[in-house]
Amino acid sequence: MNEQVTGYWLATLLQPLVLLLAAPLLVGWIKRIKSRLQNRRGPAVMQPLRDLRKLFAKQPVVAKTASPLFRAAPYVVFASTLLAVTSVPLWSIWLPSTTVADVIVLVGLLGLGRFFLALAGMDVGTAFGGMGSSREMLVSALAEPAMLMAVFTLAMSAHSTNLSSIVAFNLDAGVVLRPSYLFALLGLILVAIAETGRIPVDNPATHLELTMIHEAMILEYSGRHLALMEWAAQLKLALYGLLIANLFFPWGLAERFTPLEGLGALALVGGKLLLLGALLAVAETTLAKMRLFRAPQFLNLAFLLTLLGLLSNVILESGL
Amino acid sequence: MTQLPLLEQAILVLAALTLLASFSMLAQSRLTSAIHSFAWQGVMVAAATALVAAVGHAHHLYLSALLTFSLKGLLIPWMLHRLVRRLNMEREVENIAHPALVVLAGALLVILAYWIALPIERLELASTRNIIAISLAIVLLGLWLMIARRQVVTQVLGFMSMENGLFLAAVASTRGMPLVVELGIAFDVLVAAVLFGVFFFHIHESIESLDTGKLTRLTEEEPA
Amino acid sequence: MSIAPLTLPGMAILASLASALIALGSGRAPWLMRGLCLPLLALAGVLAAGAGVGVLNTGGAALTSLPLGLPGHPWMIALDRLSGLFMLLIGLVVIAVSVYAPGYLREYEHGEDSLPALGFFSGVFIAAMMAVVLAADAFGFMVCWELMSLSSYFLVAFQHQHSANRRAAFLYLLMAHIGGLSILLGYAVLASHGGGLGFEAMRDAALTPAWATLAFALAFLGFGMKAGLVPVHAWLPEAHPVAPSHISALMSGVMLKVAVYGFVRFCFDLLGNIQTSWGVTVLVVGAVSALLGVLLALMQTDLKRMLAYSSVENVGIIFIGLGLSMVFAASGAPTLAALALVAALFHSLNHALFKGLMFLGAGSVIHATHQRNMEQLGGLLRRMPWTGLFVLFGALALSSLPPLNGFASEWLTFQAALQAWSLHNGLLRSLIPITAAMLALTGALAAACFVRAYGISFLGLARGKSARKARETGWGMRAALGLLAVLCLLLGVLPTPVIQWIEGIPRELLGTGLPHATQHGWLWLTPVSPATASYAPLWLALGLALAWGLTALLLRRGAVRKITRGNAWDCGFGTRNARTQYTATAFSQPFGRVFGMLFQVDAGLREDEGGGTPRYLSQVSDHFWGWLYAPVARATLLGGRLASHLQSGHLRHYLGWTLATLLLLLWMIS
Repeated sequence: MNEQVTGYWLATLLQPLVLLLAAPLLVGWIKRIKSRLQNRRGPAVMQPLRDLRKLFAKQPVVAKTASPLFRAAPYVVFASTLLAVTSVPLWSIWLPSTTVADVIVLVGLLGLGRFFLALAGMDVGTAFGGMGSSREMLVSALAEPAMLMAVFTLAMSAHSTNLSSIVAFNLDAGVVLRPSYLFALLGLILVAIAETGRIPVDNPATHLELTMIHEAMILEYSGRHLALMEWAAQLKLALYGLLIANLFFPWGLAERFTPLEGLGALALVGGKLLLLGALLAVAETTLAKMRLFRAPQFLNLAFLLTLLGLLSNVILESGL
Repeated sequence: MTQLPLLEQAILVLAALTLLASFSMLAQSRLTSAIHSFAWQGVMVAAATALVAAVGHAHHLYLSALLTFSLKGLLIPWMLHRLVRRLNMEREVENIAHPALVVLAGALLVILAYWIALPIERLELASTRNIIAISLAIVLLGLWLMIARRQVVTQVLGFMSMENGLFLAAVASTRGMPLVVELGIAFDVLVAAVLFGVFFFHIHESIESLDTGKLTRLTEEEPA
Repeated sequence: MSIAPLTLPGMAILASLASALIALGSGRAPWLMRGLCLPLLALAGVLAAGAGVGVLNTGGAALTSLPLGLPGHPWMIALDRLSGLFMLLIGLVVIAVSVYAPGYLREYEHGEDSLPALGFFSGVFIAAMMAVVLAADAFGFMVCWELMSLSSYFLVAFQHQHSANRRAAFLYLLMAHIGGLSILLGYAVLASHGGGLGFEAMRDAALTPAWATLAFALAFLGFGMKAGLVPVHAWLPEAHPVAPSHISALMSGVMLKVAVYGFVRFCFDLLGNIQTSWGVTVLVVGAVSALLGVLLALMQTDLKRMLAYSSVENVGIIFIGLGLSMVFAASGAPTLAALALVAALFHSLNHALFKGLMFLGAGSVIHATHQRNMEQLGGLLRRMPWTGLFVLFGALALSSLPPLNGFASEWLTFQAALQAWSLHNGLLRSLIPITAAMLALTGALAAACFVRAYGISFLGLARGKSARKARETGWGMRAALGLLAVLCLLLGVLPTPVIQWIEGIPRELLGTGLPHATQHGWLWLTPVSPATASYAPLWLALGLALAWGLTALLLRRGAVRKITRGNAWDCGFGTRNARTQYTATAFSQPFGRVFGMLFQVDAGLREDEGGGTPRYLSQVSDHFWGWLYAPVARATLLGGRLASHLQSGHLRHYLGWTLATLLLLLWMIS
């Protein structure tokens, strides 16, 4: 019993560390695949990690007009994202960290990070920062309800908002095809694309003034502040990947954490994430970025899908 | 839900995907993409039919699945596509007024359809009620597509997708109609598609557009 | 410790009345205000909060009759858990306001505005609100209710030099009276069936469903009008901003909650036997109010008007909770009804705290800059760091972000909504998730709204001269903000003790509490059962602090600790000044485009009359003015014109009408 408890806590403490390492690698992987698809060699998979290391070693420059909030924001963004990532089941279903926060809290934590990110964008008083903040809040205001609807669909099936319970429920049910899950999955994918600033809503590679959203907010950051912001963004991408992979395709997760099973689960999850990353790269290569006022339509579709999912779940599936 | 065998779940999911295709037709402003959505819808319906055939061991349904696939999945989309190409409308993007409202109204129609189907008792296949609900939603969405859009091609797509919905309902609830009837309907749809094509040409020739909003110019009275 | 339970609240009311009377003398001696009136108010607040805590802890409704009121109908007062919660709420905000007011009122001491009037009506207003919560008979309730409306009318009309304020106050008075009339009629229905004006008699009233529905409709209209639900919210964004800021805090933070109290008392306690259709009505109206309120808040550039619209939003959220509770209660799921009711009441308490905080914060901004328009503000965080910090807490709580209290209550509301699967009725099963979706959208838009408000006013560069000269306010004002901010954080991190208090209310009203709410210990909030959902806000807050601290610590040890200050990069454009920043209007413009169909946006180029430079103006207005208010106003005018035919100007005609009326009355009583 005692061993088990130690295992739990070990797994809980290790999870953020693993993800901190894995998230930049995932981004590197996506960049790599994208480059290959576009007939370029592309940077090494390790490159985002190297960038982070370099940024941490650089002296940050802060604008003279910045308030203390500007310097505090990267820490808040980073800490809230890290906490959010910790509360998602990675390699084992039942962990102490997953009972601290359920799925609504997870969305709330992401909201907290976004709140400070947007405030930081407005702090220095540049036009680009304000523009980025305004757009980010618009996109997220439309994406957040869709995300909640998607996870509510799962929660209504599992009769619980605890991520562990949801995963356990889906794992127990075995292979079940549900229309509502399908809608929720599609909606969640659209939300993930919008929230992590990928094509077609935002372009992570652009610094073209009028098209950027996320990059516009962190334009004034440098050195370790920038590194924290970037790292948080990478974590967020990994988080959404993890949500999609582990909520909808939970196979391979260990019921109780043991080192061996944990490693096996980790390998499986890693495989799923790599696959999702590759799919994202393909999508980004084939799609063109939308102009801003197309994004509401895109998110409207996501909201609609998730709403349909929820309704199908409530009306059609609970009757059976 | 968990009691359902996997194949029936697959039927349900295919039906849901069919509904999704209807939605994507509703939301698509690009003509060619809408035609593609329609083609996918045909494919889904065909696949669902084939699965029903497999579940119920109804062999004549394989034939209708094949028919549906070749007609609605391949032939009619191809014809529409060719037509659009010949009318130089490949890049045509229809301007939808209030796209969000159109789609939202679609969602309300789906809720309504679910509602109407709720009292239906469980039939032979446990998922039948759900499929009937979805088919009804597809029919309503098809009609709504015809109302909400002014492009003739989109209106035809709406009409055809209504037919898809009816077909799905028939397959799911009674394991398909007699083969003769199905052949007849398939032929009807084909003829309708050909006739529509001819009409397109004529409309396009006389008013140089396929926007039905402009057809009001044909009235004898002066527009107010 | 043999104080009768009603002694404390009675003393609280007496203290605020005494403060009102003493304030009358402050015209000659302004020090009376600071030296005696406001401390008395603070004392009243402490007494009220103490009484509330005591009742919530021990329970027990004490019923006493007062030697006041009509012959044969003595005023009854009682203090049960429900009253206790609202006493606590009133007390907390009153304490903060009376700590805040001395600094804020300093500039009024030498102005032309009448300080005695302000002090007098504030005292009466607070006393009336406490008395409404205590009243246990319809007569006393209505007298105090009207007293509350009237005294707040004078507070709204306080700066009556501006015609806009007079108009707002008149609109408020008008709607308050229509609402009051509606409530009176609702009580009349209950009293006629129950045979008495006392609440005890009304509880036993046996109503047919039709009469019950009528009573519900009247009460919902009346209390909804006071609470500011859409579509009868029009007075709220007009009236709340024009009062002095500490009064706005009382009105938005407390008075709206008194309306919520009235509704809960009327529907859950007196009426009982809740019907599903009522719940659905409340749910839908609440959801629409929440969504429209936040959207309109997002479009405002006036700081206090924005906050007033945000009150509409939050009242909407509270009524979503109440509606859910009614639906569950009517469908025979008392535990879930208790959960939703707890969520609604908890959100009432939370909203009182953070809206009080925000209005006081807005007051500080106005005090420092004399500017309510966000477009003229900016950069205040660097000039008023404490105010900025505390307001940031308020903004986070209002955006319902963890680990603050707004999130905790919204989380509970979501948990209640997510139990919809257990209902048998298919319509409800599909309706409740849709309201949950609207609630989610509301929350996200609220975050956008407060990012905008905070970012524009407190961050960036100062847009106007007044904002450049802003100074931090005095310690009293900061202390009041700090008190409320700490309470917001405390309730967010440790919600369980408060929820255990509130949980007694549904036990009294619905017969069940939340048996599993703290099954995992006091750190964990598990409203339904631990397997369904759990939230440990303290652990969450500690985790956040730990992650922040560790990151900062690790980075401190790095080679480059120092930070260079430089010019902003801004993509290399060198022409940055206060005018090139994003404005509040620019920030909300995309939202206006996306949600434009829900309200009216008039935007375009206007030429000045003097032939000056054309200006781009945009104005946002409610659809409801055109849909509801204008037709009603037109119909009233039309009726008035018809009635004016009676006034012929001849004395004999008037005498004839008098005779006719007399005959009619005689016939009726014969």
